[in-house]
Amino acid sequence: MSYDRAITIFSPDGHLFQVEYAMEAVKRGAAVVGVRTKDSVILAVERRTTAKLQDSRSVRKLLPLDENITLAFAGLNADARVLIDKARMQCQSYRLSQEVAPSVEIIARYIAEVQQKYTQRGGRRPFGIATFLAGFGEDGSPQLWQTDPSGMYTSWKANATGRSMKELREFLEKHYKPDASTEEGVKLSIMTLMEIVESGSKNIEVAVLRRGSHTEILAESDVAAVVQQIETAREEGLSDDDEEKQPDEGED
Amino acid sequence: MDSIFGVTYNGGVIIAADQTNARSILIYQNNLDKISELSSHSMMGCAGPNADFVNFTQYIQKSLQLYEFSNDGLKLSTKAQANFCRGELAKALRKGPYQVNVLLGGYDAKKDGEVGDGSLYLMDYLGSMQKVNFGVQGYASNFCLSIFDREWKEGLNEAQALEIVDHCIGELAKRFLIAQPNFLIKVVDKDGVRVHKFGSDPEDN
Repeated sequence: MSYDRAITIFSPDGHLFQVEYAMEAVKRGAAVVGVRTKDSVILAVERRTTAKLQDSRSVRKLLPLDENITLAFAGLNADARVLIDKARMQCQSYRLSQEVAPSVEIIARYIAEVQQKYTQRGGRRPFGIATFLAGFGEDGSPQLWQTDPSGMYTSWKANATGRSMKELREFLEKHYKPDASTEEGVKLSIMTLMEIVESGSKNIEVAVLRRGSHTEILAESDVAAVVQQIETAREEGLSDDDEEKQPDEGED
Repeated sequence: MDSIFGVTYNGGVIIAADQTNARSILIYQNNLDKISELSSHSMMGCAGPNADFVNFTQYIQKSLQLYEFSNDGLKLSTKAQANFCRGELAKALRKGPYQVNVLLGGYDAKKDGEVGDGSLYLMDYLGSMQKVNFGVQGYASNFCLSIFDREWKEGLNEAQALEIVDHCIGELAKRFLIAQPNFLIKVVDKDGVRVHKFGSDPEDN
């Protein structure tokens, strides 16, 4: 077990322990859920209850990287800040050289490359964060990408990270429908988070990315409305699959 | 040979630039846009070789964008943008200077919803800068500064400022040896940067 000191060293059975320990830091972070729908990508994050005297607006969990790329993370806040600064720089650098906006995959790959570099060179420890990147591809299709401390980057239809990620992912697997509308996607992401988040809407923040428009952070009242919808449906004992179609809330 | 001039008025700034792209005896194009938009409420007219102008303005543009993203959507004031610009010119001077003479104009909103101020900064390629009410870059200064001196006053409105700009363009057409048939005029006010008039559509390629 002494192979976990210097990160550049493999253990005899092929583990990079520091990377695995970094994943443990991710598992302790606030939960994040990402859902891809037909025309949009939704990111929902758990806001841990902040101290009474703290200005809650200074805790940012849904961060814009570029015009239409938004990042959510689970894990160490300070590590995220460093990685996000690098990613933002890269977005502008890409725009300067290529004269076009980067697609979300390109930025996901960049972030993954940085995370991987820190597992191999310089004697530095890995970043203790996993990121969800929401945005659109070269062809305009909605995309959700995930990076983790090992430097891997993968694309998902829906995923969860942070605490209880296994349970939340199973919940998503059960309830995800391809080609859902944005409204259904918002509902699914909030419903998933409600499995583990206490006291509903005050602790859930949602970002909706639609092709060709600015990222929208949903107002707390909108989130509360969806939470209310879900709670009412639960109280009435309807299961999710044979729930009656709810009237449009007016958001997409 | 570029003619760039700018003028402030109550609530905004106007910058006008000729649209000729030429070197030596050859005209490359007649619809070049020499006034680049730096942010939602600021623009920069540049005189100088095309390569330096494009390089410099795009670098400043992207740097300002990065600042906005890195700082939670905070927009830099025109004064801050101008000083950043000047700093970059000064830094590059003893390395690989940008041969651009700049007129940077922008609008800054007032906090209590009052009509904000337009401000204009004149910079040369050596990195010297001055906040001005009106400014001219290039040979055009010989013709236009006296017109501004005579006609500009405090508290102009947009129409009056545009009239002065038209006088300048007219003077150049009459007395300046180099024919500059097309001028592009941009205005920045509370609603952002917009093209007021062009001689030849810059989008037309």
